[in-house]
Amino acid sequence: MTATVRTYLRRLLPQLIALAVIVIAISMVFPGFLSLQIQNGRLYGSLIDILNRGAPVVLLAIGMTVVIATKGIDLSVGAVMAICGAVAASLITSGHSLAETLLATLVVGILCGVWNGLLVAILDIQPIIATLVLMVAGRGIAQLVTEGAILTFNHPGLIFIGSGSFAGLPMPVVIWLIFGVLVALLVRQTALGMLIEAIGVNRQASTLSGVLTPVLLIAAYVLSGLCAAIAGIIAAADIRGADANNAGLWLELDAILAVVVGGTSLLGGRFSIAASVLGAIIIQAINTGILLSGFPPEFNLIIKAAIIVFILVLQSPRFRTAFTFVRLPRATGKPTEREAK
Amino acid sequence: MKQKYLPLTATILIFVLSYALCVMQFPNMLSTRVIGNLLTDNAFLGIAAVGMTFVILSGGIDLSVGAVIAFTGVFLAVVLEQGGLHPLVAFALALAITTAFGALMGAIIHYLEMPAFIVTLAGMFLARGMAFVLSIDSVPIKHPFYATLKGFYYKLPGGGRITLIGGLMLLVFAVGIMIAHRTRFGTNVYALGGGAATAQLMGVPVARTTIGIYALSGLLAGLSGIVFSLYTSAGYSLAAVGVELDAITAVVIGGTLLTGGSGFVAGTLVGILIQGLIQTYITFDGTLSSWWTKILIGLLLFAFILLQKGIIRLSRVERQHA
Repeated sequence: MTATVRTYLRRLLPQLIALAVIVIAISMVFPGFLSLQIQNGRLYGSLIDILNRGAPVVLLAIGMTVVIATKGIDLSVGAVMAICGAVAASLITSGHSLAETLLATLVVGILCGVWNGLLVAILDIQPIIATLVLMVAGRGIAQLVTEGAILTFNHPGLIFIGSGSFAGLPMPVVIWLIFGVLVALLVRQTALGMLIEAIGVNRQASTLSGVLTPVLLIAAYVLSGLCAAIAGIIAAADIRGADANNAGLWLELDAILAVVVGGTSLLGGRFSIAASVLGAIIIQAINTGILLSGFPPEFNLIIKAAIIVFILVLQSPRFRTAFTFVRLPRATGKPTEREAK
Repeated sequence: MKQKYLPLTATILIFVLSYALCVMQFPNMLSTRVIGNLLTDNAFLGIAAVGMTFVILSGGIDLSVGAVIAFTGVFLAVVLEQGGLHPLVAFALALAITTAFGALMGAIIHYLEMPAFIVTLAGMFLARGMAFVLSIDSVPIKHPFYATLKGFYYKLPGGGRITLIGGLMLLVFAVGIMIAHRTRFGTNVYALGGGAATAQLMGVPVARTTIGIYALSGLLAGLSGIVFSLYTSAGYSLAAVGVELDAITAVVIGGTLLTGGSGFVAGTLVGILIQGLIQTYITFDGTLSSWWTKILIGLLLFAFILLQKGIIRLSRVERQHA
């Protein structure tokens, strides 16, 4: 047991160190950064705020991790967030109960995932392109649901999901904590996680050795759709309205970035959900740090770009071979992973 | 008929048919004015899409296009309004920057062996971030040279105008077609898209070609940014969001295979025109809402992906029987 904990920690070490460095750096400049207060039975403070603001990206990153592990990518999550937010808002304003609304919204997210999964697994379309269809059409569908307006609602139950609190923590944080633990247990306490990694490493070989590749692929995209639905509900509940144009805009890129920061390779294979969640929190911590430090928020994008380039260099096969001196990089000859694709 | 012409033929057929349907409903759509506006309104998208065609032909993708357009616009606005340079000098500077930017991304993709998707994603963040740093406000461009440039147009019979930027787009397409089919670089691009390993064994300079492709895409994105700033007479860092998606869609609707290696630059032009036609139809109709554009384009994208899959399967079956 201690051995598993140790390997687990070793996997998460770079992300934990990065997060600690960022938090310490911010708190040196702003001593009040680490302080936590309890008001009305709820924790308040910058740290809690990071966890709360990061909720949509954390949720998206959970689903994206599993999709990327299968060597796929899901570009549609931002648009699915917009669709689900629109569905939730229009159902609750037309007088449906909270339970019905939530259930229907989650089903819509799952259906979006099934659509993506069918395109990738059955029609065998490249994931980038398959999910591009829903990314392009999705915002149109969301606007169709809201009829172009920003649908606002006042249902206390739905608003509670965005801004309520449970056991001292904001509701979004509770939701992603529970959901993340459930998914992590599901993939790691069963063989599912290993089978997903197998598909990512070599889809054909996995199929030949008896893995139900199409089912698992569809399941991965369904999970991603479900995560997007939950994130969409939280985002809509947070602003008490569904904005088909801006809900989840470019969050798919943040989610992919979170997965990359978490150390999961975009080429598929090994993945860690906890690391991706940490990646999403790191991104949010940087966002908050930039806001606090009084730097113009414009620098956010440049810092993100710098992070991607830094991690790309670390992950690059050529850099690794050159760094470890195990095998000297060969300029010509054997096709590389990218070229063999 | 050769199979490689099938997607292109389908695209042209769809364009002609849908245009005929539009004209049956609104006879006014068959005027040179509408055609002239179609070219002018989609000029920046068309120019960017030519670059995207080369990138996709080589089996890659460039997500930085929209951000580079916005950056170019803001750069021009800031340089012209504060630097006092002549616009032509500013244009040259902007093109040099965006070309170098594209070449850098190509070099990273090749030498670090990373997927084009994530490298150009970083490029997108960087370009948009630089645009934000230059100015977060929309900066108007009031240089008299801009008014002069806008005054150039070729008058068509029937009152339509081919404006400078519309004509520039057609020129870029003509040059793009020449490069793709009549130069060694173009052949190398097709070879790279057919399979990088095979291309390398055949003696294609993979490094030079990859860098060249992304440099070309950067150059055309810069040119598209110049056209966009002429079109809007302003530079705004939040402009042209999602243009890369429209460009990719146009390329796919134009019949270029997304896995690379097969397709035509001319098809992209038809893809652009189909997208423009949908928008024009919705404007003419007046009762349909703008979001139908997105849904229709999404459906069209899906239909063409299915068509491509079908053709690939068909050719595989034929090869087995041959």
